[in-house]
Amino acid sequence: MNVLTISKIRDGTVIDHIPSGKALEVLKILGIKRGSRERVSMAMNVESQKMGRKDIVKVEGKFISEEELNRISLIAPEATINIIENFEIKRKFRVSIPESVEKLLRCPNMSCISNDNKEPATPIFRIEKTDNQVVAVCVYCGKKVYEIEEYLV
Amino acid sequence: MSRFRHLISIDDLSKDDIEHILKKTDDFLEAAMGRERPRILEGRILVNLFFEPSTRTRMSFESAMKRLGGEVINLGSVEASSVAKGESLADTVRVVSGYGDCIVIRHYREGSARFASMVSEVPVINAGDGAGQHPTQTLLDLYTIRKEVGLRGLKIALVGDLKYSRTVHSLIKALTHFKAEILLVSPEALRLPEELRENGRFAECSLDYAVENADVLYVTRIQKERFPDEDEYRKVAGSYRITARMVRDSDVLIMHPLPRVDEIAYDVDSLPNAIYFRQAFYGVPVRMAILSEVML
Ligand SMILES: [Zn+2]
Repeated sequence: MNVLTISKIRDGTVIDHIPSGKALEVLKILGIKRGSRERVSMAMNVESQKMGRKDIVKVEGKFISEEELNRISLIAPEATINIIENFEIKRKFRVSIPESVEKLLRCPNMSCISNDNKEPATPIFRIEKTDNQVVAVCVYCGKKVYEIEEYLV
Repeated sequence: MSRFRHLISIDDLSKDDIEHILKKTDDFLEAAMGRERPRILEGRILVNLFFEPSTRTRMSFESAMKRLGGEVINLGSVEASSVAKGESLADTVRVVSGYGDCIVIRHYREGSARFASMVSEVPVINAGDGAGQHPTQTLLDLYTIRKEVGLRGLKIALVGDLKYSRTVHSLIKALTHFKAEILLVSPEALRLPEELRENGRFAECSLDYAVENADVLYVTRIQKERFPDEDEYRKVAGSYRITARMVRDSDVLIMHPLPRVDEIAYDVDSLPNAIYFRQAFYGVPVRMAILSEVML
């Protein structure tokens, strides 16, 4: 039992089972940054039976679509989502890997058309899952990105 | 009914698609030589968008289109066009896709052809996107092999720059469909990267061994820029040079994507082993097959 994990929120989203140290990246993926108005609380390096240590993120005052939440799977494939309404868990699910992501990553290949500022070439990556690794593949040049966190926009 | 609307990467084609194009190419051989005049693309216009010069590829497409009764318009020199005024590729493609029925594009940025296909109203054929893809080259290489020795049970030796050559990398991917045995002949510094050896039968060997045992030698240029100094380059490049003396007594066929510099000596040209000029010619019927595939 861990009392730290859930200080109750009224309405919002709890993202659990984030690999420890990745909570900030999760916020980045959700587009929550300095100046954002949402109320965010975080717990880092919490003990977890399943994972040893994990991070937890709670976001209040922002509706996050399932599509956005699934983007988290790129860096936290085990993450679970609790949608809270009026202090109750309304829905609980595990993130699933999207087929593709737009405007989330930039291509590491500087010769790629998506890195040409003149062009309206929205960065789009196809997501592929091998045995235990998630790979993002640039739809334009085919470059494979393994270190996904390093190329978050 | 077309099997594909655009041709951007050889990886987009299944083995079946590839075989379909190669078979279709047979039907255009006579027409490519001017002995038949099928005017199946009469009234259609091909738009050539070459943002970097590649006269040979461009002319080969023009010849293919005209042999089928179609017309060709060209971007002309990039300096004189709206591109020089800073127009984006996206706008150029949108505008010219209203001028014709198909776009052939060569551009220095990787992924440019895929991007063009996403904004174009008409089919797009990739004629080389920087260090990326050049699928019509791969298809004409495959056609040459199929026509001259057959793809079944093929033993092919790739010679020269196996590290950086885009042509070689695409050919390898395509050859894995046909379970070819691939011999690798290259200087240490220009070996084939490991990640490209995943699905296939590969073995490194000497040039002599390849000449004796392979059906085909596919020779590529070793570029000076890959070496720290001129002496080193000369020494290495010299030892991968093909001469008549080396291949005269062998049945091995010699291919080269052309243009060559000096990696194949001129005295090889007159031997029955030399098929690189036929290979260049096959570019025309292969492109006829592709143009008719995407436009009809
Ligand atoms: Zn890219």
